[in-house]
Amino acid sequence: MKTGKIIKVAGPVVVAEGLKGSKMYDVVKVSEQKLIGEIIELAGELVTIQVYEETSGIGPGEPVFPTDMPLSVELGPGLITSIYDGIQRPLDIIRSTRGDYITRGAEAAALSREKKWEFQPLLKTGDRVIAGDIIGTVQESSVIQHKIMVPWGIQGEIVEIRQGKFTVTDTVATIKKEDGSLAEIKMLQKWTVRRPRPFKEKLAPVEPLITGQRVIDSFFPIAKGGTACIPGPFGSGKTVIQHQLAKWCNAEIIVFVGCGERGNEMTDVLLEFPELIDPYSGKPLMERVVLIANTSNMPVAAREASVYTGITIAEYYRDMGYNVALMADSTSRWAEAMREISGRLEEMPGEEGFPAYLGTRISSFYERAGRVRCLGNDDREATLSVIGSVSPPGGDLSEPVTQNTLRTVQVFWSLQDKLAYERHFPAIDWLTSYSLYLSQLSEFFAREVDRDFEELRYKSMEILQNEAELEEIVRLVGIDALSTHERLVLETARSIREDFLHQNAFDEVDTYTSIKKQHRLLKLIILFHNCAEKVITQGVTIEQLNSLPVKAKIVRAKFIKESEINKFDEIEKEIISQINSLTTTIPGEGENTEEND
Amino acid sequence: MIKEYLTISEVAGPLLIVEKTTEVKYQELVEIELSSGETRRGQVLEVTKDKAVVQVFEGTTGIDVLGTKARFLGKVMEIPVSLDILGRVFDGSGRPIDKGPQIMAEEKLDINGNPINPYARDYPNDFIQTGISSIDLLNTLVRGQKLPIFSGAGLPHAKLASQIARQARVLGKEEKFAVVFSAMGITFEEANFFISDFQRTGAIERSVMFINLANNPAVERIITPRLALTCAEYLAFKKEMHVLVILTDMTNYCEALREVSAARKEVPGRRGYPGYLYTDLATLYERAGRIKGKGGSITLIPILTMPEDDKTHPIPDLTGYITEGQIILARELHLKGIYPPINVLPSLSRLKDKGIGANKTREDHANVMNQLFASYARGKEAKELAIILGEAALTEVDKKYVKFADKFEEIFVQQGEDENRTIEESLNLGWRLLTILPTDELKRIKDEFIEKYLPQESLESEDLNAVKS
Repeated sequence: MKTGKIIKVAGPVVVAEGLKGSKMYDVVKVSEQKLIGEIIELAGELVTIQVYEETSGIGPGEPVFPTDMPLSVELGPGLITSIYDGIQRPLDIIRSTRGDYITRGAEAAALSREKKWEFQPLLKTGDRVIAGDIIGTVQESSVIQHKIMVPWGIQGEIVEIRQGKFTVTDTVATIKKEDGSLAEIKMLQKWTVRRPRPFKEKLAPVEPLITGQRVIDSFFPIAKGGTACIPGPFGSGKTVIQHQLAKWCNAEIIVFVGCGERGNEMTDVLLEFPELIDPYSGKPLMERVVLIANTSNMPVAAREASVYTGITIAEYYRDMGYNVALMADSTSRWAEAMREISGRLEEMPGEEGFPAYLGTRISSFYERAGRVRCLGNDDREATLSVIGSVSPPGGDLSEPVTQNTLRTVQVFWSLQDKLAYERHFPAIDWLTSYSLYLSQLSEFFAREVDRDFEELRYKSMEILQNEAELEEIVRLVGIDALSTHERLVLETARSIREDFLHQNAFDEVDTYTSIKKQHRLLKLIILFHNCAEKVITQGVTIEQLNSLPVKAKIVRAKFIKESEINKFDEIEKEIISQINSLTTTIPGEGENTEEND
Repeated sequence: MIKEYLTISEVAGPLLIVEKTTEVKYQELVEIELSSGETRRGQVLEVTKDKAVVQVFEGTTGIDVLGTKARFLGKVMEIPVSLDILGRVFDGSGRPIDKGPQIMAEEKLDINGNPINPYARDYPNDFIQTGISSIDLLNTLVRGQKLPIFSGAGLPHAKLASQIARQARVLGKEEKFAVVFSAMGITFEEANFFISDFQRTGAIERSVMFINLANNPAVERIITPRLALTCAEYLAFKKEMHVLVILTDMTNYCEALREVSAARKEVPGRRGYPGYLYTDLATLYERAGRIKGKGGSITLIPILTMPEDDKTHPIPDLTGYITEGQIILARELHLKGIYPPINVLPSLSRLKDKGIGANKTREDHANVMNQLFASYARGKEAKELAIILGEAALTEVDKKYVKFADKFEEIFVQQGEDENRTIEESLNLGWRLLTILPTDELKRIKDEFIEKYLPQESLESEDLNAVKS
């Protein structure tokens, strides 16, 4: 095999010569230590390599070994519950072989070659198959059935299919292709990370991804197969939201990519997810999660690759027909990794030093999301939703990563540090956030939740908008300048903010709210508002309304357990009767109640 | 195998270009011998077939292209460590400056370290009591956390850092602990403050200090924190000690990095800082933490002065994205004479939730914390309103909030430089403050806690001085 020779080392970028015939994005092994690298530029005799590991101690003259393979991931049973670094090396196994620190040249197979899986065939000899057809299944975790598919590019007739316990590299079926040659099907497939996995066609999303987070589901929903971004300055709670989504969203598979973030946060995920119980299956949440962890101090080039590794694994499960959600925290670190590599390549920089191709890379990444008809004869449908967080420097949303992301994604959850300082979490700003899926999803909400759901949302948004305007006036001339009706708007807006939008991720009950309960909760607040609107024309004051005992019940309503959802009926009745009683009582008595409180 | 070259072709800023080199490795340690016989040290930043770019830690003053020799030592930068480093003071390159002997090495460690495998990390959840109410109660520090102090020129961050170093304890445990201190480009006065403070309190016995002063070579600052963190890793994970690392001032470190980057003619990122500033800072900060099965830990407190108190400046900004929260000092409080001038609203400890509550601090901690935050925020808002409209425009409740905010700064945030409050004391003080507000405003606290902890007597009727003492 031909080997090349290093002629230059500058940080993670290595230039070598003598690798004629190498292709762009081929993986190479650098020096005798076999550091993993990828070819990112070809210029005549010279190839430029980005190395996924620390390059200190490497120098000119050392060898470079080609593998003639682009950067790929291994796909097959065993992915679920795994934790990988940015180039799919299993961190748990590396720890057991290398110790607590990640030293260089560590190598380990992404999928265990020893473990045997029970393969259950679904097809029989003589069946004709095309790429994407499911030939059999493996129970991968207690909740996930792994489907073994005919790899891309193969079609023909099954001449042999086996049943029993196999390792991922054993042949489970043999297919006679059109040209008469035989293809052995193994449970392990490889796929290059920079190329999207194929599907039949893309469809428009129609269902929301339910996350249990009120501000998201009710106000700014994301569709299954949709894209969303969470930009916000540090300390505004991006990561908590990502974790909440990973824990509670109703996707069947979660791929969580910790890209250039804090080590301790990944540890939190690693320690917490196995403990958490999935609300949908009752099993540990980890049974449907794949983790990619490339923390900020791990090599920068592997960080660049980590989002691709993550999305390729996500696409693979999508191809089985699952609803998959990918969380990437944070895509800014990914973009910065691109910038760093680009800088080392001495490319002409675009905005703020980012490479000129930043926008293309970001949009082609998010475009890998979607609701699709998968390959195969059964026309199964599946979705891949992508939620990326963005960490804009200084919280300034005009910076290139945020702007390029916003051009692509359909949902924007705008985080405000001001809200975070007031300890309003999730700190999603209701005035600047948006979701472009509202109209696509309205049919779903009307059918599955209630006809008036959309109306409640519009009404609430209107009140919140109104509040922002009124607050300006209050700031200028004081609260006394407002009419009773305007004060009622302020009160209701406060109720929406504090009793509905504010949600405590660390409270046992409050951390997750079903869409039904969200609807009931919002309805209480708007019902109170509507009833109050009627009685204030008859001279009832805001103080009287505030002193109603049912007010406290609305405040506590978010802590009502999902199983006791009928309690809302009672509160609704109380709202109506208590407000109506105000108009029948003699003025003055309301104030008495206030004093008694 | 040591190779020596006389082929220096160019000196630019802190960089040397050595020609006709062979077999030089990236990041190799270089010894430079000037014509005067003086030796300095440097590191290879970039290497091609026959040329190496070397960054000289002690600066390039006095280096000529004819008589200066460059020796490539065939190894990366290492530091000798043993338990004898405790109680010692070193310069920014790791040479003893306390007139003591050289360190007899138990082992030599690569100063760049290796990233901790995320799978091997243990989650930081041991509450550290610093004795400072605004940290313990509101921005709780836990073992293995990295919590920077964002300060500004002229603010008392040094006092605060040394108070933390002096008072930090884990409740109910007697364990081996140590302080590693790394000074980068600070003034003699400031360094002297730390050294004499550590001597005064006897803390020096269990400290390791690395001092690079403002008049020491700037480029040396790039290795100073790495030396300190390598020592910290040795003490924490080989000797099972709980190590508190103080890095001051990170702004000077970043400026040194910018200087080298500019000399290399790299494409600059924001405000001229190199594009890899985030990655570079991360390789320092992320060395803090705990490791499963190891007794020790590294808790990291970097101090940085924000240019013009601007939090969006790249240095505080990127730091905030890596560290687990931040303690922000406010000039406004400092001018009011409040020490420590911690601005609690934008300050944050991301790991607090795992370190507080029953069995760790007290069951009511989280509730009281949230209530204090929310009430103080509302009080500040009301105060702003009062400035525009006059006090008369405030509602009765808002007036109470204003009073709360004032008292909060006066008796809760403010405390003595040697005042060491237990977490119980801080919590009780918080409760006393909350008596200023009507009880039904305490929405973030569970009723059972209000019943149990809210003092009957309100703060107004108490003698405030009693609280202060």
